[in-house]
Amino acid sequence: MKVALFIPCYVDQFYPGVGLATVAVLEACGVSVDFPEGQTCCGQPMANSGCMDQARPLAEHFVSTFAGYDYVVAPSGSCVSMVRNHYDHLVDRQDQKAAEVRSRTIELSEFLINVLGHSFSGSFPFQTGIHQSCHGLRELRLAGCSEEMTCRDSLLRNLLEGLDGIQFAQLQRPDECCGFGGTFAVSEAAVSAMMGQDRIDDHLQAGTQVLTAGDMSCLMHLDGIIRRRRLPIRVMHFAEILAEALRTPGLQTAEPAQQGGE
Amino acid sequence: MGHPALAADFTANEERAHWHDRALWFVRQKRDRMAASVPEWEELRATASAIKQHTQSLLADYLQEFEKNATAHGAVVHWAADAEEHNQIVLSILQQHQVQNLVKSKSMLTEECHLNPWLEKHGIHVVDTDLGERIVQLREEPPSHIVLPAIHIRKEEVGECFHEHLGTEKGASDPEYLTEAARQHLRDCFCKADAGLTGVNFAIAETGGIVICTNEGNADLGVGVPPVHIACMGMEKLIPRAEDLSVFLRLLARSATGQPVTTYSSHFHGPQQGGELHIVIVDNGRTEILQSEFRRSLDCIRCGACMNTCPVYRRSGGHSYESTVPGPIGSILTPLRTPEEHSTLPFACSLCGSCTDVCPVRIPLHHQLFALREHLDSKNLLERGKKLQMKVLATVFSRPWLYSLVGRIARKALRWTPRFLTYSRLTPAGLWGKARELPEAPRKSFRELYRERQQQTASERNHSDRSNG
Repeated sequence: MKVALFIPCYVDQFYPGVGLATVAVLEACGVSVDFPEGQTCCGQPMANSGCMDQARPLAEHFVSTFAGYDYVVAPSGSCVSMVRNHYDHLVDRQDQKAAEVRSRTIELSEFLINVLGHSFSGSFPFQTGIHQSCHGLRELRLAGCSEEMTCRDSLLRNLLEGLDGIQFAQLQRPDECCGFGGTFAVSEAAVSAMMGQDRIDDHLQAGTQVLTAGDMSCLMHLDGIIRRRRLPIRVMHFAEILAEALRTPGLQTAEPAQQGGE
Repeated sequence: MGHPALAADFTANEERAHWHDRALWFVRQKRDRMAASVPEWEELRATASAIKQHTQSLLADYLQEFEKNATAHGAVVHWAADAEEHNQIVLSILQQHQVQNLVKSKSMLTEECHLNPWLEKHGIHVVDTDLGERIVQLREEPPSHIVLPAIHIRKEEVGECFHEHLGTEKGASDPEYLTEAARQHLRDCFCKADAGLTGVNFAIAETGGIVICTNEGNADLGVGVPPVHIACMGMEKLIPRAEDLSVFLRLLARSATGQPVTTYSSHFHGPQQGGELHIVIVDNGRTEILQSEFRRSLDCIRCGACMNTCPVYRRSGGHSYESTVPGPIGSILTPLRTPEEHSTLPFACSLCGSCTDVCPVRIPLHHQLFALREHLDSKNLLERGKKLQMKVLATVFSRPWLYSLVGRIARKALRWTPRFLTYSRLTPAGLWGKARELPEAPRKSFRELYRERQQQTASERNHSDRSNG
């Protein structure tokens, strides 16, 4: 299986730890990954701003960078949705190569569960609040949303559920948008900030110690507010949680060692 | 002024913005409970969407069928190409009957056509009889929501308004007391009215009947007393058959207010005995939308669920949209008509997609808002600074070496620039930084660390190969 790693540009520049955690998690599943160095940005900021002429060359660049892989795995639902759901307007629809890249680009939790069928053990004894990032939730359907009366599992929760000691915070609004929204965060800064503050207040009342999500962009915005308000919430991409759990074996693996000591 | 500035004003009063958010979230939750109680909810949505798309694709035929059947019942059908024609038609019907007092039930179409000021200019006294509409009419402001027109007004403010206009006790804010005062006042208006005007929720091609849904029964009172009933509808209100109505009536009130059905769903087939029924069918830009990629926005049944769920609408208030229909659906319909004046609306959206999933007729609202941004670009209406930024970014991202270089410089700059400069209001970072910290800039990017790691692994492998050899 030839797997390419797609690390979104802002993760590459600002959250290298998330990229490294993604590599660690995939390697722990026995997958060796390629990181094509030509990759830059999927073009989402331009497309979301209406600048399709500026997004188009980036989509074409993405397709040529990632052609030929069985899977293109990214720790971001939003960027994956851009490739899967919006590239049909940007690249030649008849182009077989582009169609393959689009359909083979996959979000990390979906890849870990639906392709690899891997479950994780290890310890993560924290009250964890899940932020369901909107594009993963409503464009990739990685979980059931509160608007639709359709039952769906939350892939992110399924991934984390097996960790020892983890508990999940009960939110009053389980899947409201955090207000990041790309350039929205700056062009509608006032509403964006209020939306973020409201999400965090919900996590505070729910006793969240660690706030996690499938998209670092939402977390970048929320973490910015948390740090400004000096709140006791730690923000981690779920890949970082899994990587940390891998380093701290849980009870099941710890038990034999204890028995050996007796 | 544009949405961002008006929204910033609204959020500046944090307590009020949160009150507004909670009031609408409460309605959204009621909707959720009602939707969950219908096992075939998603099937209903899919069916409604299919009926609407079918109808729009054959709209001309269905409109003619409707005209034929409505006329056979004795209704008079009028066609208006635009708002002016609509207003002129309404005025001439009223003038023919020497109408001085008109009572109106809720009609977003007449808001769209600015009918009230036009009629008042021609000496006709107009009273909106929906309670919320009456409140905003007395306050001389537009509705802020299509189903809950006065949702932005607190009961104390209603008390002040009624004290001034209806003579209620000063300081009284008990909703029951105020509603009773409005009821007495409106009863007077109903009795004095020479004609009644209503909107139309559904027009049925097969039967020539129209259906009007209200919770207050004000449409029925308004057209039951006076002899002339004028019903105004956008041409997209058609549905093919009477049996299709069941699908929409089950969806409408559940989506709108979380009720199983509206209190009154009134059917009109022709005029009452000795009276007249005029049905005014309005285009006003709809044909153009129908022919565009935004045609599905015409499927809207005006339930307002997209407003109740929209995290931006809830925190910025309906008036921040400066549009008859606010919220997600309004941010599509209005800029399609007046792109120059409303170019900020498609961007008053974080693209969270909640509206799309809540919409009872499954309009892909956030996809249309996304597409509308490109549409604005094609008309050269994007904000210049933003367009330039995107051009620069695209140039950088098209060249991996340049991207790496700019990334390194930007991170270094972020680490070394004094805080007061980074967070100054003059930079995009400053806009971000008003309420939020910027991310901490690491020394090395992922690709640099990954490269080092690969080199280390390779050299270790080399080393062990050599020692093995």
